[in-house]
Parts: sequence; C-alpha cells; structure tokens
Amino acid sequence: MSMLSFERKYRVRGGTLLGGDLFDFWVGPFYVGFFGVTTMFFALLGTALIVYGAAIGPTWNIWQINIAPPDLKYGLALAPLRDGGLWQLITICAIGAFVSWALREVEICRKLGMGYHVPIAFSFAILAYVTLEVIRPLLLGAWGNAFPYGIFSHLDWVSNTGYQYLHFHYNPAHMIAVSFFFANCFALALHGSLILSASNPGKGEVVKTAEHENTYYRDTIGYSIGTLGIHRLGLFLAVSAVFWSAVCIVISGPFWSRGWPEWWSWWLNLSIWK
Amino acid sequence: MSMFNRASNGSGGGERRLRWVAGVALLGALAGCERPPMDVLQGGYRGTAMEQVINPRLDAVKAAQNVVPPSSPPAPADGQPLASSVYQNIQVLKDLNVAQFTRVMVAITQWVAPPDQACNYCHGANMADDGKYTKVVARRMLQMVRHINSDWKNHVAATGVTCYTCHRGNAVPKNVWFTNPGESSESGLIASNAGQNKPEPAVGYASLPYDPFTRYLLNAESIRVNSTEALPSGNHTSIKSAEATYGLMMHMSTSLGVNCTYCHNSRAFAVWDQSTPKRVTAWYGIRMARDLNNAYMVPLTATFPAHRLGVLGDVAKVNCLTCHQGVFKPLYGVSMAKDYPELQGPMASAAAATPETPAQGQGTSMPAATPPTAALTTGH
Repeated sequence: MSMLSFERKYRVRGGTLLGGDLFDFWVGPFYVGFFGVTTMFFALLGTALIVYGAAIGPTWNIWQINIAPPDLKYGLALAPLRDGGLWQLITICAIGAFVSWALREVEICRKLGMGYHVPIAFSFAILAYVTLEVIRPLLLGAWGNAFPYGIFSHLDWVSNTGYQYLHFHYNPAHMIAVSFFFANCFALALHGSLILSASNPGKGEVVKTAEHENTYYRDTIGYSIGTLGIHRLGLFLAVSAVFWSAVCIVISGPFWSRGWPEWWSWWLNLSIWK
Repeated sequence: MSMFNRASNGSGGGERRLRWVAGVALLGALAGCERPPMDVLQGGYRGTAMEQVINPRLDAVKAAQNVVPPSSPPAPADGQPLASSVYQNIQVLKDLNVAQFTRVMVAITQWVAPPDQACNYCHGANMADDGKYTKVVARRMLQMVRHINSDWKNHVAATGVTCYTCHRGNAVPKNVWFTNPGESSESGLIASNAGQNKPEPAVGYASLPYDPFTRYLLNAESIRVNSTEALPSGNHTSIKSAEATYGLMMHMSTSLGVNCTYCHNSRAFAVWDQSTPKRVTAWYGIRMARDLNNAYMVPLTATFPAHRLGVLGDVAKVNCLTCHQGVFKPLYGVSMAKDYPELQGPMASAAAATPETPAQGQGTSMPAATPPTAALTTGH
C-alpha cells in the first residue's frame, strides 16, 4: 500500500453516477467505480490493439511504430483493419478511456462533496484530443485527416499539417495558445518559487505564511493576486492554453485553406487605411 | 445596500460591454475565415498529412480565370510557300509556311497586343521594319517560347507553353518582377528593413525577405540551407539565407496554389527520396526561370523604353507566378501548345542552356522516377 502512515484515508460511500453500489469499492488506495472498470477496459483493449498493430507492422522500434488513420478515400466510413480500421478502434478506446477517467473523477468529487474543477479541467484536454481526432476529421470529411499513433509519425503529422498552411506561426489562435502556454509556465514558476521561499526560510527564521507571500508581491509589483486567486489564474491559463490549441487546429483546414500569413490580409484591407 | 447595487450594476454593464466587444471581435475573426466543406487531396502515405486543402468555392473562381481560349483551325502544312520567301526580315519563324506564319501572327495579336492597336502594336507601315521596340521584343519572345517547348521539357513536359500562358491578353504579363531595392534608412531613426518585414504578396504576406527572386531566379545563390547530418559542422548558411529560401518557397506555394507538402515531406525538406516527384519538376522550374531571365530578359534591357523598366532600371523578369498564376499547372494543365506546332519548332538562336540535373550533393541523392509515398492522388 502506497499510503504514508500519517495519511489518514476516509472512504466515503455513494455519489456514483451509474450502477449504485456496484463497483463502489477500493483496490488498495484506488477508488474503482463503474468508470474505473470502463477505464481499465478501454485502456487495456486500446493498448492491446496498439501492440497488435505494431506486431503486424514493419518494426518494433519504439520510435517508429506507426498506426495510421485510413486513406482519405474511405471518408467517414469504417476502413479495413490493416488499412486504418485499427486506428479507428484505438481512437474509440482512447476516447472511452479518457471520458471514463473524467467521469471517475466526477464520482470522487461527488463522494467528497467537492466542486468539479478537476474533471472540468481534464475535459479540456479531452476536448483537444477529440478536436484533433474527431471534430476536425468530421469537418474535413475523412478520418484520414486525423493524426497517426506513433512517436515519430505523429510528430511528422504535426509538421506537415503546419506546413499545409505555409507558416503556422501566423495562425491567430496558435498565437493565443502559445502565449497562454508561456504565461501558464511563467505563473507556475512564480507561484512555485514563492511557496518554496515562504516554506524554506533562512537559518533561524520561522516558516512564513500567506501574509508574507502577499507582501512579497505587493512590494515587488504592487499587487498580489492572493492565495486563492493564483489558483484561479493557474486554472484559467492552463485551460485557455488547451482551448486555444483546439481552436487553432480546428480552424486550420475547415475554416481556412490558404497560408496563415494571408489570413491577416483582413487587417491590411481595413477601410481606414486600405 | 445601495453601494452593492451600484457595484453590481456597474459590473453588469461592464460585463455586457465586454461580451459585446468579444462578440464583435469573434465575428470579425470569423469574417476573415472560410467555411467547410473543403476538398482534401491526399499526396502521401496515410496519416502523414501530405495533403492539399482546397476550398472548392475559391477554386471555382480561379478555374473561371484560367480558361484556355479557343484555338484557331490548324494551318495547312503543304502547298504553301515559306513565309521567309514571301516576307522580308524574317529571322525566327523561317521554317513556317505563309499560312502557318499568318496563323501565329493572328494568334499573337489576340494573346498579347492591346485590341485597339492590334498589328500596329509591333508593326509600322512597313511590316518588315524593326523600328518598334515591341517587335524586337516579340521576336526574342518567340525564340524563348520555342526554347521552353524544346529544351525545358523537364519542366513543361508535353504540355508546353504559348504566349498566352503568361500574357493572357496583356501586352505585359500581369505577374512579372523587378529587383526590389527595399526601403532606405534615410527617414528618421528606423534602420533599413533589410528587404523584409512587409506583408508582400510575393512571399505570401509573411514577414520574410520579399525579393527572393534576385537571389535565386536571376543570380544563382544556393537555395539549399538544410544540414544533412545530426551535428553539422560544415554548414555555413545563415538564418537570413534560410529566411530568403523560405521566402522563395512561399512564392512557389502561393504561385501554384499549393502548400509545402505538394513537393516536400516537411520531416526532411531536403531529402529527395522523401519528397514527391513534383519537387523534381519544381527544381527544373527554378532553373528554367533563371535561364529565361538571364538569357532572354536581361539582354533586352536596353531594348525596352524606360517606362517599362523597374526602379533600378532593370528589365521585367519572370518567376513562377508569371505562368502559373495561382494554379498548380498553368491553365489547369490544358495544353494550348499542342494546337500550335509553329511554337514548338527548333529555335535558331544560341544561348540555349543545357538543363542540368539536381545535384547529388550533401548526401541526398536524386529520386528515382517514383516516390516512396503510396497513393499519390493529387491529380485534380
């Protein structure tokens, strides 16, 4: 058991979304629940299918294993197993596992009488994945527009998809997403270092609390967002980064077919200076 | 209580305003966009994202702008005297008979000459006289067309070109280029922009250097900047030259209405055996444009009047857009030249460059005729 001896663990019954008391138990430290079972089912099946895909593929090189979506000619139909059908099944398994995990988080929140902030935050990550693998391919009319499963192959997909729009850094939503990723990283570094500085005082000093933390930033930049506020900000920055990432890829193709630099010609064409 | 009310009213109004502004901004952003459905053409192995995304509504507009005009009936090949035995001062079309010669002259008039001037655009009262500069240029252009059709099959294949491929009814083709001197630093504190950072259509509105043509399509600077080894030691190309290369590539993409993956697998831009066969055609196209500019356009500099020259006094030159005009094959690959055997003939002039082949340098070998990629379906 991985619990530390001083971590008292309370196990609260109920709060399940499906199945009542069925699966309402723990295995070691882990809550199971109906969605824990479905998570395991989809994750194991999906992993097994990936291994099967690697087995019928040309290589066991971990970097080069590639399970690709179907050719565009299959459109939104099912493809033969070896020609992208495997990719389709694995995608179903992945979405099943991710959504199950989020719902398991919801059940734990309900047990403990907490807000749903964690599953909501995680659902943004699921949204980004579903945008890439389902929504955008649906809008473009073929599963073949989704990215393949493979370490190098999905990177190659990212690179070529970027170059489909000549210069992806001009994608406005990509700009916003990248800015949020940097801001998110910046805020986390400021917050983490602040907490560590308060809890690791110099020799002979006592450990400091929130008042010192607030005072530090009030002295430095005239404002402290506060102990709760920093976590609101962190969630906002992180979720925004993921949200705008999803936007930046879903507009590439379905809502723009040319080079991204050209998109900005609306600015050049504003009537005030055209 | 009243304070609370005021506060909540104030914030409610601010929220409404904010929502309104955000809504307008979002609508504005969407107005700059296109809409589904799109046509997507696969150009590589599945899942590699080597795809062309085509907006069928924009493509319909482009298709209507790139229609081949009807050809005139072919001229009889026999039973006619040679034009050179009937007319004077014929230097290029000496191999044509009178009917063929007349047919070419009529065609050029329709393809190139302004309608209100017609024959008079090049000819004076004495048809044989070379007094008008336009006639001297036209003669050289006829040599150029024959040179392209006979010596640059690596690029134009059997489709070939005619005057119309570039001119499209204009005396001067719409898409020609002059060396762009950029902006000087004479006004104020701002340094020279070093020929970049302007949203020029020539480089797809990016901030890249906007005159890659002088470097690569007039001069023969090295376009290749990629290193071909993991820890490169001998590659002295700079980021600036990489940007100029990128600028040229932006020009090629936008001129052909395609994206980078039409020719390249971006995981290894430089490697021939990971590129599509179209990259070979494009490679010859770069050499062809360079050849035409140096062998045909530059020597005509003194022939043109000043108002036809660029700000630096240089002659109008060709790039990819001159012929392609936004289409992956000029005029969607419809061959006009096959209806004009008069323009295929052997050229009389010198200056015929022998086409090279792509270099085998830097560890990348030339591709075989077939690509490694399956399912190459970018026909259109």
